[in-house]
Amino acid sequence: MKLVIALISGVLFGVGLTIAQMVNPAKVLNFLDIAGHWDPSLALVMASALTIFGSGYFLLVQTKDKPLLDKEFIVSKNKKIDNSLVVGATVFGLGWGLIGICPGPALAILLTGNMKFVGFFIAMLIGMQVAQKISKTNRSKSNMRIQ
Amino acid sequence: MTEFTPLTALLGGALIGASALLLLIFNGRIAGISGILHSAIQPIDNDRLWRWLFLLGLMLGVFFAMNPATPLPTDIEASWPLIIIAGLLVGFGSKMGNGCTSGHGICGIGRLSSRSIVATIIFMLTAALTVFITRHIVGA
Repeated sequence: MKLVIALISGVLFGVGLTIAQMVNPAKVLNFLDIAGHWDPSLALVMASALTIFGSGYFLLVQTKDKPLLDKEFIVSKNKKIDNSLVVGATVFGLGWGLIGICPGPALAILLTGNMKFVGFFIAMLIGMQVAQKISKTNRSKSNMRIQ
Repeated sequence: MTEFTPLTALLGGALIGASALLLLIFNGRIAGISGILHSAIQPIDNDRLWRWLFLLGLMLGVFFAMNPATPLPTDIEASWPLIIIAGLLVGFGSKMGNGCTSGHGICGIGRLSSRSIVATIIFMLTAALTVFITRHIVGA
């Protein structure tokens, strides 16, 4: 059943991205381009998603101690604003602003078969692996210091 | 140039919010695409199947929903080097910062997580500044 929920959740996400046209890099860039011919659509996408998710979270999730089909909510409880969060978000924003594609749409537009979109997707996966390698190295370094 | 499309933006956003809520209420998981994607390709992760199904579902959803009124982009003007650099930065940044537009921007802010609020403000401002520089300073 959990797998069916994962599939349905994915379908809703994909339909939402497409209907909202967040799969179109031009629309995303035009949202970010406040000094140009501004397209505020993305702000409404976020506002709408946040209203649904946020109200559901506080009314239906926070009132429960576990999800309907599993043992616990896997949600980050980390509250620390650390360097990796700040650096990561900055690097992400730079890449996103250059092209207008973030991970969800990157997956969606693979369906076009356009090689540039395939190239972007592969580069993105490589970027993730590099970041993981670096954070692992840092972690083992700090562990060594503790020992 | 793209037109402001308030109705489809609200409807699409509502579906994305419903998707994230469904996954959290039933499965206890956060619908952060970068995290799901990265974990799905790790050889040692033994909880990969739901992630693959979510990603498959996402692509099926796109396939069902794409039509002449809400099409997929056919091509992108950006040069190959720019495509690759942007891809590396988006991947690196989302992994290092523990989330992207969906994980921080929707699920994190929706929970009023201070980390996600800070991350979203930072990447929105950086992205807007990047667009300003590439379109109005370098590109002008």
